[in-house]
Amino acid sequence: MAVLVYTESENGKYKKAAFEAASFAKAIAEQMGTNVTAVSINNENAEEVGNYGVENILSINNSKLDKFNAEAYADVITQAAKKAEAKVIVIGQTANDKYIAPLLAVNLEAGYAANVVELPVSTSPFQVKRNAFSNKAFNITTIASENKIVGLAKNAFGLKENPTTANVENFEPSLSSDDFKINIDSIDKATDKITIADAEIVVSGGRGLKGPENWGMIEELASTLGAATACSKPVSDMGWRPHSEHVGQTGKPVASNLYIAVGISGAIQHIAGINASKTKVVINNDPEAPFFKVADYGIVGDAFEVMPKLIEKLKDFKAKNA
Amino acid sequence: MKILVCISHVPDTTSKINFTENDTKFDTNAVQFVINPYDEFGLTRAMWFKEKQGASVDVINVGGAETEPTLRKALAIGADNAIRINTEAKDGFQVAKELAKVAKEGNYDLVIAGRESIDYNGGMVPGMLAQLIGANFVNACTGLEIEDNKATIIREIDGGKETLSSSLPLVIGGQKGLVEESDLRIPNMRGIMMARKKPLNVVEPINATPQTEAAKFEKPAPKGEVKLIDPENLDELINLLHNEAKVI
Ligand SMILES: Cc1cc2nc3c(=O)[nH]c(=O)nc-3n(C[C@H](O)[C@H](O)[C@H](O)COP(=O)(O)OP(=O)(O)OC[C@H]3O[C@@H](n4cnc5c(N)ncnc54)[C@H](O)[C@@H]3O)c2cc1C
Ligand SMILES: Nc1ncnc2c1ncn2[C@@H]1O[C@H](COP(=O)(O)O)[C@@H](O)[C@H]1O
Repeated sequence: MAVLVYTESENGKYKKAAFEAASFAKAIAEQMGTNVTAVSINNENAEEVGNYGVENILSINNSKLDKFNAEAYADVITQAAKKAEAKVIVIGQTANDKYIAPLLAVNLEAGYAANVVELPVSTSPFQVKRNAFSNKAFNITTIASENKIVGLAKNAFGLKENPTTANVENFEPSLSSDDFKINIDSIDKATDKITIADAEIVVSGGRGLKGPENWGMIEELASTLGAATACSKPVSDMGWRPHSEHVGQTGKPVASNLYIAVGISGAIQHIAGINASKTKVVINNDPEAPFFKVADYGIVGDAFEVMPKLIEKLKDFKAKNA
Repeated sequence: MKILVCISHVPDTTSKINFTENDTKFDTNAVQFVINPYDEFGLTRAMWFKEKQGASVDVINVGGAETEPTLRKALAIGADNAIRINTEAKDGFQVAKELAKVAKEGNYDLVIAGRESIDYNGGMVPGMLAQLIGANFVNACTGLEIEDNKATIIREIDGGKETLSSSLPLVIGGQKGLVEESDLRIPNMRGIMMARKKPLNVVEPINATPQTEAAKFEKPAPKGEVKLIDPENLDELINLLHNEAKVI
């Protein structure tokens, strides 16, 4: 009756989201008085997830699973859940996790709650708190089915170390040709840039920056802080920045530790997508801009004057604290 | 080619979110409902297939009679037929099961749904539907071409994109990129007139059981006042970010 957690790997290494999911699964298992089994696919160092309290690891090594394939991965996790006799399955909310979870839910006839933000409110009945209405509210969801899938919202729980010597078992699930009906033709992923999804800090620019030629300061601030760059919707609509940087209700969600908005007014649709970020800073020359209502720290000032100074000061700070 | 577009009926993005009945129900008072933005991209892509490659396009919603204006809007944009499964949408699984029956019986080649609905944010209906009817599924689609029964799909991944190919039938969870914002259509007078004459079939539900229940809603705790920092004193900001917020 263990809790099963899917711990996602990329290029043979666990993603940070995997450690967060494991930390969360461990805490749920403690609530329920049971232990945690992780399912790990093609990881070179599968036992590493033991650092977050996982007791057992079903480790799969199969070259057919080198490329992510949702159907096959869902099938494998289904078999792992059955083997571990797990009734509660924890998964993250990366792009791949969100792709797998509904397939897994059908395979296991499980109720699925996505975007869960904290430990279950109660385990009997099983109730979780999740984001709804694009971060404008929370919903307490009861999962009534016997099998339950909990999708942990990114950065909602954090990492909790809990060093455990995990028992690693080689697991060989059966795969069929049905698992590979979709062919992955090519993958195009920038490896040199920090992605919005993984970033701890995001620096974002809006229409207040006047034009794409002024993005140098956004990029410089981002590189000083090791941050990803983002933008408001009109900025990507006008082609100043790529669509992949558009954040908000209809763009990418941001759940970073720090979100710095420069020349962004703070329209409701923008805020909906970045509200899950922990600390928000706004730089805007209009003290009436709605962003000041949701920000933790604000600077009323001209971005073109504030940014160069801020970059200099942060460089000094980084040099001293390196 | 037969296309089914799943339409979720959601509060407009500017809506104030409030709850009634002891925080157990969403307060629809003064809320304007629209086609879920992700579904609108999908519907517009379906129009493209219809016009360029000759497809028939049905739109479907699981919901009460109050969703009909949203379906009519989809007809005004150019869908051929609308279907409403006459039951309250309670959770993703129940909705997917209701949709699955109609999708299966209708022998659709392509089912287009959205990446997520902006109200419940479940991100689950399309994947569940696909799995229930045994169709292939691609989530977070930003591009879709179909040639000789073969689909080429672009999927957004964290930090990039992936190109996939699949046979039909196929279900996608779509988003912007399927078409661009500037391609979206505002129904014109002629479209609205024609939509009145197009069929809107009400289908009785199979009464699928939900697996989850939205027990209660909460609004985020009111936030403290913003701390304003003098632009001449940026050291203070750095100090606060380092020592108070502990994020740098
Ligand atoms: C259905 C729908 C969905 C939407 N989805 C999204 C979404 O996902 N994401 C999103 O971002 N938007 C979205 N929007 C758009 C949203 O409503 C706003 O229009 C948009 O967020 C505004 O972008 P902005 O803040 O960059 O520009 P503006 O609103 O033009 O604001 C620019 C800001 O810059 C400030 N400024 C100007 N000059 C300076 C200067 N020199 N220094 C400092 N500050 C300066 C101004 O005071 C102003 O506050 C959506 C809209 C709709 C209708
Ligand atoms: N009640 C519904 N009726 C028809 N389609 C729906 C309904 N709910 C969700 N969908 C579809 O499923 C997508 C994802 O919704 P969700 O899983 O609720 O986030 C939506 O964008 C719609 O395409």
